[in-house]
Amino acid sequence: MKKRVFLSASAVAVMALSSAAVLAQDNTFKIGLILPMTGQQASTGRQIEAAAKLFMAQNGDMVAGKKVQLIVKDDTSVPDVTKRLAQELVVNDKVNVLAGFGITPSALATAPIATQSKTPMVVMAAATSSITQASPFVVRTSFTLPQASVSMADWAAAKGGMKKVVTLVSDYGPGIDAEKFFKDRFIFNGGTIVESLRVPMRNPDFAPFLQKVRDAKPDGLFVFVPSGAGAAVMKQFLERGMDKAGIKLIGTGDITDDDQLNDMGDGALGVVTAHHYAAAHPSATNKKFVEAFKKANKGMRPNFMAVGGYDGMRVIYEALKATKGQGGGEALLNAMKGQTFESPRGPMFIDAQTRDVVHNIYLRKVERQGGELHNVEFDVIKDVKDPGKSK
Amino acid sequence: MLTILFDGIAYGMLLFILAVGLAVTMGLMNFINLAHGAFAMGGGYITVVLMQRYDVPFLICLPLAFVAMALLGAVLERTLYRPMYKKSHLDQVLFSIGLTFMAVAAMDYFMGSSQQIVQLPEWLKGRTELGEGSMMLGMGHYRLFIIAVCAALTIALQYILTKTRFGSRLRASVDDQRVAAGLGINVNVVFLATFAVGSGLAGLGGALGAEVMGLDPTFPLKNMVYFLIVVAVGGTSSITGPLLAALLLGIADVAGKYFIPNFGAFIVYFLMIVILIWRPQGLFVRKGGK
Amino acid sequence: MTAQESLHDSRRWKLWEPVFWLLALATPFVLGSHALIINEIAIVALFAVSLDLILGYTGIVSLGHAAFFGMGAYTAALFAKHVMPDPLVGLGVAIVLSTLFGAVCSLTIMRGTDLTRLMVTIGVGLIMMELANKLDFTGGADGLQGVIMGPLLGRFEFDLQGQTAAWYSLCVLLVFFILAKRLVNSSFGATLMAVRDNRLRAMAIGIPVTARLAVIYTIAAGVAGAAGALLAQTTSFASIDVFEFHRSADLKLLLVIGGIGWLYGGVTGAIVFKIMQDWLSSITPQYWTFWIGLFLVVLVMVGRERLIRPWTWFGGKK
Repeated sequence: MKKRVFLSASAVAVMALSSAAVLAQDNTFKIGLILPMTGQQASTGRQIEAAAKLFMAQNGDMVAGKKVQLIVKDDTSVPDVTKRLAQELVVNDKVNVLAGFGITPSALATAPIATQSKTPMVVMAAATSSITQASPFVVRTSFTLPQASVSMADWAAAKGGMKKVVTLVSDYGPGIDAEKFFKDRFIFNGGTIVESLRVPMRNPDFAPFLQKVRDAKPDGLFVFVPSGAGAAVMKQFLERGMDKAGIKLIGTGDITDDDQLNDMGDGALGVVTAHHYAAAHPSATNKKFVEAFKKANKGMRPNFMAVGGYDGMRVIYEALKATKGQGGGEALLNAMKGQTFESPRGPMFIDAQTRDVVHNIYLRKVERQGGELHNVEFDVIKDVKDPGKSK
Repeated sequence: MLTILFDGIAYGMLLFILAVGLAVTMGLMNFINLAHGAFAMGGGYITVVLMQRYDVPFLICLPLAFVAMALLGAVLERTLYRPMYKKSHLDQVLFSIGLTFMAVAAMDYFMGSSQQIVQLPEWLKGRTELGEGSMMLGMGHYRLFIIAVCAALTIALQYILTKTRFGSRLRASVDDQRVAAGLGINVNVVFLATFAVGSGLAGLGGALGAEVMGLDPTFPLKNMVYFLIVVAVGGTSSITGPLLAALLLGIADVAGKYFIPNFGAFIVYFLMIVILIWRPQGLFVRKGGK
Repeated sequence: MTAQESLHDSRRWKLWEPVFWLLALATPFVLGSHALIINEIAIVALFAVSLDLILGYTGIVSLGHAAFFGMGAYTAALFAKHVMPDPLVGLGVAIVLSTLFGAVCSLTIMRGTDLTRLMVTIGVGLIMMELANKLDFTGGADGLQGVIMGPLLGRFEFDLQGQTAAWYSLCVLLVFFILAKRLVNSSFGATLMAVRDNRLRAMAIGIPVTARLAVIYTIAAGVAGAAGALLAQTTSFASIDVFEFHRSADLKLLLVIGGIGWLYGGVTGAIVFKIMQDWLSSITPQYWTFWIGLFLVVLVMVGRERLIRPWTWFGGKK
């Protein structure tokens, strides 16, 4: 009996394995897009996939005589799955480019594979500084936390008029980056950091942390949490009456993520954040992008993850055009470095040395526009390089 | 300080409402229903949909969530769960996890994977503060509301359990199913009703908790551990057991994160392990109960 | 068959077993493009066998077995990074450390009901995860980077295609499998099954139940640690995800799918589950969990045996 179960199982296995034969074609250009499509970061995956598909719909799938094929894989935010998927894409599907990477550990895990196989890796979401240094084949089109945090610290000290701030970040790579850079810059500008709190990633309740902040009585609270958790922080902030106690909420744009902002309610009005992209960015390019995105995705508003995906696709397409489809991974990589173009977020430039993104960081305030809540830009710091590297 | 105590109590009561259904089901039917979290999620999503799409006021959504999940629970009990009672515990675990996966993926498909935001009515958004400085007691109105509702439910449950005939039938079935059936108690009906009420309570808990604990399709998977902790520590043979366990858990979690933020998450697990090693049957066991 | 013959029969290697193992060892070369998933399957199968030792043969319910898996993974990764990149030595060290850790943890599972044990094991697993998150030298939430493995036996490099890795994992799996088979078919194994079936009776005939529980839990921890070490070594990476609750939960699932109390259950479950997961997620990257859930529900309702025999699906008598 048990023998039969087992024999049938192995029969199924062999059938399944052998049916996955892959035919390599010379005239296709394959992009392996690895994203978290399920699990906590699923909204990231969804936004980026939608943006990538939008780009391909708008620009066609024939570039430099080759047919572009997008292969989407779900890594469920588990880094060793990301690594295995990347390895399979490179070895079996023979992809020309790896892209996506929803969280920092996924990107870091895949970097050695990019190096070993000489495949360019376009990071569209993950935001820790050190990622571009993990492999010479990594190019980033998302952003880095230090870019946003440093800009926020500058504004907070100067125009925000804050002297004492408490930082509250999620306890993982990007969070620690955000905390460190905000702290250093804010103290450099003459302020004091009363307390630095780190919240575990798996946290159902922000209440005790915010209570601690309340008791510390600062002028401002700087927050970084991964996109998706911003709403919870906002709610707790208001529930504890912190705005009435004179504490201003500031942070990187992840807490007023366009994906969720409109549902946060009027309590979010007036929150100031620093980020590289707002759906309300008043440029013609962005208006077209937002409209097309909404149309293709049942009215879903694009957020900064989507723009990272959209721009990532553009970088790939432009590089392919420049190399005319010749040359291997290294040629493609070189064509990605130094690209400069107008993105929906504003002007954008891939630094040839660091392979990281250089763009404007906008200071935005949450306001009601056209009946919906938006991050409305009121100030800008131009061409911000990643401070995490310029040391 | 007092505020933390208050927050912990609110969180604990919420956990209790979510977990009490599980405790009773496990004690009564000896069925490990890991899909309990999915009922909670269902209640949360029903509330969100009703409020966002049909503008139903929050207060009405709560009983609706309860009723909807109770009905769903009753239907599922009769159709899917009943044949499962005879199966081994491991099979039950497999089955309920399978149901949970299906529910999670279905919610993802219909509602999307981002966090759902509940817009509370204005009168629940405020905050009252008594006292000064470190002795200040800040009470968010919503948490007050949660405590009030849960306290009322607890009293109601305890009343039903101890003073009504249904309650005594339930207690008899928990203590010894065969003898109860032998005495003429319709055990099937007791099961059905209990499962329905338990699921309804989970739905209500989910609706209340969406604001505090966040609501997204991974809700059951994230929080199942907490419910199990409440049931394990509180025991499955009474209502007061899980209640006290939930309160203890809530306060420990909140206080731990406040006083020792670096190790806040540990505190709960550590406490649980210590308690369970000291009292393996759970903290509160009725004499003669399971 | 007499009683003695049937007891001996369960120990002997059936004819199909060596065939199966030879086929398995050949797969990294025959199905080279799938070497990576074969590697994963071998690792999970080893992990499942270790869980079967405590769950299937001794009746200890655990949902925190990932604690030992993770212990092995981090030990191997840290060892390779800081001490010496040789895989086999690293594997040995990882096994030793996880076994020690298992001995310590075995103190926690001795008392209480199934539910208690379940919760305690979950708690231990989660605490380990938080520790890995907090401690600096583990790389925290980003995972441990910069692990470079030396060549296996000084000669076989871990290649990008994963063939060396798959073969390595399969060999380790085979070695432990043989050891496990010897163990469960020995008199020690018989006492384990007695404890599983009826603890009171086992105590009554003089089996030192607590000691047995401790020993088998420790052994299983070591085997799980080996699986974890393999994962870290073949992927050159260790992240706190190895301690995640879903690892223990998925493991229990696939073991029950394959069948407990039968060492091949772990192997079968690993093959079926992993392949299904991979295949489903390439078809529907977003909703594959739904189909897995459906599969589980149907599996339990229809019954494992009937599922494989379609002719019994409609009204056949069992």
